[in-house]
Amino acid sequence: MSAPTTRLPAVFTPARLSALLLYAVSFVVALVLATALVTVTGHSMSDTLLALYQGSLDGGASIGQSLDEATPLLLVAVGAIVCAMAGLFNIGQEGQLLIGAMAGAAVGLFVPGPAWLVLPLTLVGAAVGGALWAGIPAVLFYWRKVDVVISTLLMVFLAQQVASYAINTPSLLQETVEKGQVASPQSDLLPDAVQLPRLGEYPDLTFGYGVFIALAVTVVLAVLLKYTRWGFRLRMLGNNPVAARRAGVRAVVFGGGALLLSGAGAGLAGGVILTSTSFRFQPGISDNVGWDGLLVALVARNHPLAAIPIAVFFGMLRAGGGFLASTGVPRYLVSVVTALLVLAAVFPAAYAEVRKRRRPATAPAGATA
Amino acid sequence: MSVINDIELITASAVRLAMPLAFAALGEWIAERAGTLNISVEAMMLGGAFTAVMGAAATGSASAGVVCGVAAGALIAFVHACFSHRLTVNTYVVGLTLNVLVLGLTSFLLVKTESRQVDKLTIPYLSDIPILGPALFDQRWPAYLLFGLIPLGWWLVHRSRWGLEARAAGENPQSADVTGIDVNKRRRQALLICGALAGLGGAYLSVAAVGTFNSNMTAGRGYIVIAAVIFGGWTLRGTIAGCLLFGAADATRLALPALGFELNPELLIASPYLLALIAMIFFAKSHRGPAALGAPFVRGIT
Repeated sequence: MSAPTTRLPAVFTPARLSALLLYAVSFVVALVLATALVTVTGHSMSDTLLALYQGSLDGGASIGQSLDEATPLLLVAVGAIVCAMAGLFNIGQEGQLLIGAMAGAAVGLFVPGPAWLVLPLTLVGAAVGGALWAGIPAVLFYWRKVDVVISTLLMVFLAQQVASYAINTPSLLQETVEKGQVASPQSDLLPDAVQLPRLGEYPDLTFGYGVFIALAVTVVLAVLLKYTRWGFRLRMLGNNPVAARRAGVRAVVFGGGALLLSGAGAGLAGGVILTSTSFRFQPGISDNVGWDGLLVALVARNHPLAAIPIAVFFGMLRAGGGFLASTGVPRYLVSVVTALLVLAAVFPAAYAEVRKRRRPATAPAGATA
Repeated sequence: MSVINDIELITASAVRLAMPLAFAALGEWIAERAGTLNISVEAMMLGGAFTAVMGAAATGSASAGVVCGVAAGALIAFVHACFSHRLTVNTYVVGLTLNVLVLGLTSFLLVKTESRQVDKLTIPYLSDIPILGPALFDQRWPAYLLFGLIPLGWWLVHRSRWGLEARAAGENPQSADVTGIDVNKRRRQALLICGALAGLGGAYLSVAAVGTFNSNMTAGRGYIVIAAVIFGGWTLRGTIAGCLLFGAADATRLALPALGFELNPELLIASPYLLALIAMIFFAKSHRGPAALGAPFVRGIT
């Protein structure tokens, strides 16, 4: 407990420094493991890094690709954060995203109307679809006390089958083809007017307007959570449900609302993917965005604004992963790296907590001596 | 006569499909009774399946591959246990991350190997019993382990001191801690058992049932296992019944087109998850999970 002789700014206290060091060490370990993996399988790490760089940051097209990948991740992550703040753990974003995209496709294809109306309706439809899918676990939780984690997880696989049914049934979403041709399990292409406009010209920086939607949603929710009565009650419910009930916070309204909101975030992410990159509903449309977005929320440790850079980083990894194939390194490397980084990001805080809990056993001994 | 043959065929196929689920479900049941809702069972099965094939290719013996698979499952469980029950990282976070990690790793390291399967062991006379005989007594040898492991698992959880302590850790960790039980140690041990059994299930899938490994081979079977434990209301007999039922649903889906029946395949694939949800909704009284399921244990007030 010796005080430092020269006063350092508060940022450089020994505790802060050791925490930073711990973060640095665990990230280095994760990267060393990834490097070892690449080298052992007979590839070159520098080539791999170069490919990741080319796919994610080299030139406008790559940067745009990274932003496009980051957009749905951010939307999913912000939804997950709202839910986690209310003390509920929704892990079914993958399914909510799929149902959202499906609902969006249904609205975009079948609702007649002027373009300026149908496009927003498509996105709203996607958000509502995701929210409703997340609403089922909410109802089950508050009605029959079914664990949210379990029900949201199981609903992911139900969603996959619902989606599969919809695109294999001609009367629902399956594409219409001329007689004699075999219809694939996918929906029709969305009309041009229902596609989200893109900013910029192709060879240079270009990205979908979804980026702005995601940013706006994130900032608005961050402000609402931090500064409004609603946000305060939500956080109260998450931190101490008993105290919240005594203070008159209705768990069904706030908890259920948070679950709906998180489903809406995932559904909107599905809608953005649908209208800005895939343009038709396919079973592979979710492409693990739901799971990855959840990981973004976990790494961001429930800070909506912190999720922005992390989503961009994960988006860069995903965009770079598409480029990896050219070097002969399987793109699965990206999921390995992602998972290692997540573990590296959660380790230091947990380790510090364990250290802190052990300390009281030794501190009194030091005090009496 | 052909009807009997069809039934025999579907039963045999159902049991064959239920086998890997049953191994993993036994482990998952033990882990959940000790208080860990183990999502990484998918990773454990996938890792076990992959390592079993790689081990079989390296040693030239499929049986050695099975052992490698068990070890891989236990290794993944060890990582999970260290993160969630030594450090107190949320168990779902660790589970999801491990699923992503193992899926990526096994797909990344995938190399083509020649097909290698463990030996078939047909028990004379018993395998001649109509309908049930070929299903139960004409299997690859790891399948017979299940006949011993299920009673053993039941005895371990319900009749041994260890099992009592593990169940206490799952039901009321604070009280268990006060009586001197090392809650997190019991949970780690239960998780390791789960890992070994799930690894065995994965190994059974790859070196016994199929012979090779392909990317994302388990394809969500780990989640079906979780559904089976929930469907069974956290009892062992219910869990195994769930595995058989879900195996039968899968077998029916594969067999129906050949038999000329029409049934929605999506509904059959979704049935495990649907049934687990329905079981939780309508049998809330009897289907009660361990009280502290999924909650990390930290000594202190609350």
